[in-house]
Amino acid sequence: MTLMTDQTTDPTQTTETTGTGPAAVPRSRPIDVAERAEVAVEHAGVAVDIDHLDAFYGTHRVLRDITLAVRPNSVTAIIGPSGCGKSTLIRCLNRMHEVTPRARATGRVRLDGEDIYAQDVDPVVIRQRIGMVFQRPNPFPTMSIYDNAVAGLKLAGVRDRSLLDEVAERSLRRAALWDEVRDKLSAPGGALSGGQQQRLCIARAIAVEPEVILMDEPASALDPMSTLKIEELIDSLRASYTIVIVTHNMQQAARVSDRTAFLTVGEEDRAGYLVEEGPTPQIFTNPRRQLTEDYISGRFG
Amino acid sequence: MTAATTLRIPGRNLRRRRATDRIMRVLLGLAAVVAVIPLLLVLLYVLLQGLPALNLALLTQSPVPAGFPGGGVAPAVVGTLIMVGLGTLIGTPVAVLAGIYIREYAGGRGATVIRFLVDVLAGIPTIAVGLFAYGLVVIPMGSFSALAGAIALAVIIIPIVARITDEMLGLVPGSVREAAYALGIPPWKTIVRVVLPGAATGIVTGILLGVARIAGETAPLIFTALGNQRVTTSLGEPMDALPLRIWVYATGPYDSWHTQAWAASLVLVFLVLAFSILTRLVLRRRGAGRA
Repeated sequence: MTLMTDQTTDPTQTTETTGTGPAAVPRSRPIDVAERAEVAVEHAGVAVDIDHLDAFYGTHRVLRDITLAVRPNSVTAIIGPSGCGKSTLIRCLNRMHEVTPRARATGRVRLDGEDIYAQDVDPVVIRQRIGMVFQRPNPFPTMSIYDNAVAGLKLAGVRDRSLLDEVAERSLRRAALWDEVRDKLSAPGGALSGGQQQRLCIARAIAVEPEVILMDEPASALDPMSTLKIEELIDSLRASYTIVIVTHNMQQAARVSDRTAFLTVGEEDRAGYLVEEGPTPQIFTNPRRQLTEDYISGRFG
Repeated sequence: MTAATTLRIPGRNLRRRRATDRIMRVLLGLAAVVAVIPLLLVLLYVLLQGLPALNLALLTQSPVPAGFPGGGVAPAVVGTLIMVGLGTLIGTPVAVLAGIYIREYAGGRGATVIRFLVDVLAGIPTIAVGLFAYGLVVIPMGSFSALAGAIALAVIIIPIVARITDEMLGLVPGSVREAAYALGIPPWKTIVRVVLPGAATGIVTGILLGVARIAGETAPLIFTALGNQRVTTSLGEPMDALPLRIWVYATGPYDSWHTQAWAASLVLVFLVLAFSILTRLVLRRRGAGRA
């Protein structure tokens, strides 16, 4: 039961199935995206265990020894001052960090028990199981709304039109965008407002039925109304996914998350480290560390 | 003075700045006009000189014995179409793939080195490229040929299209690539299905520029295609081309040749212009259909 695979998605090799939750997905073969889309409407999110994670750009350390357990089907907020490595942290969770030249990470990140940084793991497969929504909405500019929503499936080779239609509607409904775009599915993805584009990106991310969704300040570039919609959306997604959200907006963290992790920049090496983590109400009303208290009450950051 | 009056009376400084602004605008406008004048003059002159000599016979007939009236430049027209077409066909795939490699795969230093080499290639005098093709193709083949000419043209078009592909791919924002990676799309597929379509319009424009450039090249064809008095489609034989024919006729002693050279120039300019406009129209319709 491993995440070993090769670059080409070859759904003909198969060995065993792991039975975790209602939709058991064969784990030792590359993700069959179509199959996951067909079966997985109700499925459980998984746990993400971060174990002594360090991140570097070249020789410059940006994250120091992060150990954090993210619980399944929860919303975990990561807060902290600018530059403390929040974005780097979540980019390490779906191995997007290493896309930057000279960037690397050490340590272990276990997705439902399996280390995604193990030797033979293919980052491409990881990213099909851990989705990401970015700070600035980035729909594919040359594709229509429909094509954007099902891009993850289409580009994985799924051609079944009825399945694609079904996934498109399901994802757009889940992202609270269906009613607004149902009559203009062939309009270009860029023709929507900022808030709609971000919801389209969320629809796109959930269309491939990931187990974890990472959100890097998803509402920071949006107006308050859209922000509210996004927050409601996150709340509704909690049942099916594990969500990790980076936010610099503490009120948002307090509204939306179950648990909160506070990172800050180390005094000596300027690398980010985890100060404290716990249930959101406790972090915001009764934090254990003075540093946390200072940040929450606005004394720095 | 009240606030109202100070707002309306320009100070000395403001008056000077306004005057400078006006002068600069006029100068810049003049410069733009001066830049465009040669283009207009050339087009006008070629039109005036070439149009009277332009007729169907010119386009459909082969040359007659030197000095006699009549005949045409059909071999040159056909030859240009074939060799430019073949040269583009050979050179473009190589160039686009090279551009993709430079932008998407090469590391910082590798990319810099390759870009430099590509620029050097672009700067090589085309007559030298012709000599290269002579050594590479004509000598082993034992004869001048259209193939050699096409290969020379391919070598000329490669750096043009490669550089533009590189630039156009660079214009696609990184956020789009990131979005694709985050969906679990492998890098090569991201390039083919997401990045390349985004850069397609620019790349096609680059190809157009390349085609326009090689359609007018004479030097590389002198030692490769050589020229031909007959219409031929055989790639292993010498072939005529419009620039070659224009050069021979314009520098020749006969008046009938001179008028035909003007007409052939008009044909060449018109071909390139028509091709550019046509491709732009097709692109606009594709773009408009999507947007």
